[in-house]
Amino acid sequence: MSDHNYTPKSKFGKWFNDRLPLLSLANHLTDYPTPKNLNYWWTFGGILTFCLITQIVTGLTLAMHYIAHADMAFDSVEHIMRDVNYGWLIRYIHSNGASMFFLAVYIHIFRSLFYGSYKAPREIIWILGIIIYLLMMAAAFMGYVLPWGQMSFWGATVITNLFSAIPLVGEGIVTWLWGGYSVDNPTLTRFFTLHYLIPFLILGLVVLHIWALHVPGNNNPVGIDIKKPSKDTVPFHPYIVIKDTFALLMFMIIFAFFVFYSPNVLGHADNYIEANPMVTPAHIVPEWYLLPFYAILRSVPDKLLGVIAMLSAILILAALPWLDTSKIRSAVFRPLYRQFYWILVLDVLVLGYVGAMPAEGLYLLIARVATAYYFAHFLIILPLLGFKEKTLPLPFSISDPVLGGSANLSMAKSDKKEG
Amino acid sequence: MRAFKILLTTFIFFTVPLQINSAEKVELLKTDWSFKGPLGKFDRSSLQRGYQVYTEVCAACHSMKYLSYRNLMEKGGPEFSEAQAKSIAASFEVTDGPNADGEMFSRPARLSDKFPMPYPNEKAAQAANGGAYPPDMSVLAKARKGGVDYLYSVLLGYTEPPAGVTLDEGVYYNKFMYGNKIKMPKVLEDDLIEYGDGTLATEVQMAKDVVTFLMWSAEPHLEARHKMGFRAIIYLTILTILVYFSMKKIWSRVESEV
Repeated sequence: MSDHNYTPKSKFGKWFNDRLPLLSLANHLTDYPTPKNLNYWWTFGGILTFCLITQIVTGLTLAMHYIAHADMAFDSVEHIMRDVNYGWLIRYIHSNGASMFFLAVYIHIFRSLFYGSYKAPREIIWILGIIIYLLMMAAAFMGYVLPWGQMSFWGATVITNLFSAIPLVGEGIVTWLWGGYSVDNPTLTRFFTLHYLIPFLILGLVVLHIWALHVPGNNNPVGIDIKKPSKDTVPFHPYIVIKDTFALLMFMIIFAFFVFYSPNVLGHADNYIEANPMVTPAHIVPEWYLLPFYAILRSVPDKLLGVIAMLSAILILAALPWLDTSKIRSAVFRPLYRQFYWILVLDVLVLGYVGAMPAEGLYLLIARVATAYYFAHFLIILPLLGFKEKTLPLPFSISDPVLGGSANLSMAKSDKKEG
Repeated sequence: MRAFKILLTTFIFFTVPLQINSAEKVELLKTDWSFKGPLGKFDRSSLQRGYQVYTEVCAACHSMKYLSYRNLMEKGGPEFSEAQAKSIAASFEVTDGPNADGEMFSRPARLSDKFPMPYPNEKAAQAANGGAYPPDMSVLAKARKGGVDYLYSVLLGYTEPPAGVTLDEGVYYNKFMYGNKIKMPKVLEDDLIEYGDGTLATEVQMAKDVVTFLMWSAEPHLEARHKMGFRAIIYLTILTILVYFSMKKIWSRVESEV
């Protein structure tokens, strides 16, 4: 939190603020010193907040018309699309909003990876982010089940069946998750309940995520620690607010193209066929944002090990602040890491691609190589790179791009050079 | 940027051969749909003819359970007049009840009634169609990969089976159907029906009209969506430009670039 004390001007304001310091909080949020060199990759935090609120508001509206029952869910979605005023708009914003949310979160995560935003002292922000990401995946998966189409039903069957890989108790756990001996009405009603609950958990975690961010302040493209407030920073309002608004509007234009002109392009046609336990679709594929993990799951021949690999692929991210041994944050000053970073991006794209393809022949081989590389990146390359890499000299401050010949963060930090 | 170029070329290098590898799909037949594009609208008379094809041909086996007669007069649809929609509805009998005596009774359909189902249940539908269930057509245009082009192609895709392909009784060969085997016989023939508006009822014309009708039934608010989208995107674009200049102005106070 900002160090300076704030006193409201009005008498009532002071009385209120002494009892509940909301005005101090508002003052902190507007004054919050932000590095002035943040680029547009830093606008995705605000965009993600917008996505979350959009999903909650449209979701609440949909829930007023949706019926969580195996015999009526599909019909109620069609009722929303046809007879509810602007129901089509609300549903298409919600369903495409999930994809836009993941698009934004992937950019946000890869921005962190590039600029080393997960490193000390920001480990807790990063780990909270990973938990939010996990909850997002759970919410999105359960949300996809609710329309009770063919992909809903069979996706739910495949994913819940993963738990049967757990030795001894697996089968029991699956029956418990389903609330019966197959995916059916009890599964749908509990998925609906959880789908409604999780966004509010995410909202709470987002508050913590931002709180934890406001302790050390933002990282920045140069990745060095800066003095706050100083000539390296600008107050959050109006500088960052207007910039985030501009980026958000650009994002909304792309969002609008999907909602209004190709609302079903990111979904699967089979989900407009009502769930039928007797007919299995030719290919069961998850939504695009889960495909890389689906590819990892299928690349391991053993079911249990596949599930472990898939979970590890996400959980390994939580250990990233300690796996990356380099003291330098930003990839700008890490010539080798920069190259490995882009290979990782490519690797994840390849995993996503093969995740959508049948797990056979060449696809399976590529999936296996890409999976192995994914883990090697985090478990071998990153730990070694910190010792082997010759990094470029860091500048002393954002305003002074003069290189001090110091490749050492602590030196840059202790430097008292100020304008 | 260099890194990005490498990334892109590598990705293309990997994916293109894969695509060729898996490309055994047939090119679907294309026609100029009036409802495509950002300002696309339905061809009103094509929708009305499409309804006629549905009701005189398809409805014998295929239900459209999400449609009511009132939809036929709603904006953005076939836009029959209220009188026309009422008389269309009245030409169908629906079961209502029970009445005060506890009896079910038949009455002519009203605007609020759903389209009647051709079979009492799914089993009856299967029994009458050699085991295959004629799918409900309300959202069919969204429920098949390839959408309207696919439906159009299947309707026109009946050919003699190639040499070496033997078909069971009641199975037909279709170039575009998944697996090429379909239990629906070829139904559209030139002059099968007589269009009320005098249009020549060729096979291609009927296929186009009925698929247009199916697109509307799957997306009854398509026109409203296109219209709103056009306005929303123009609005957002203007707002974005205004905000951009405000941002430039505000950031001119510090020497940093935005």
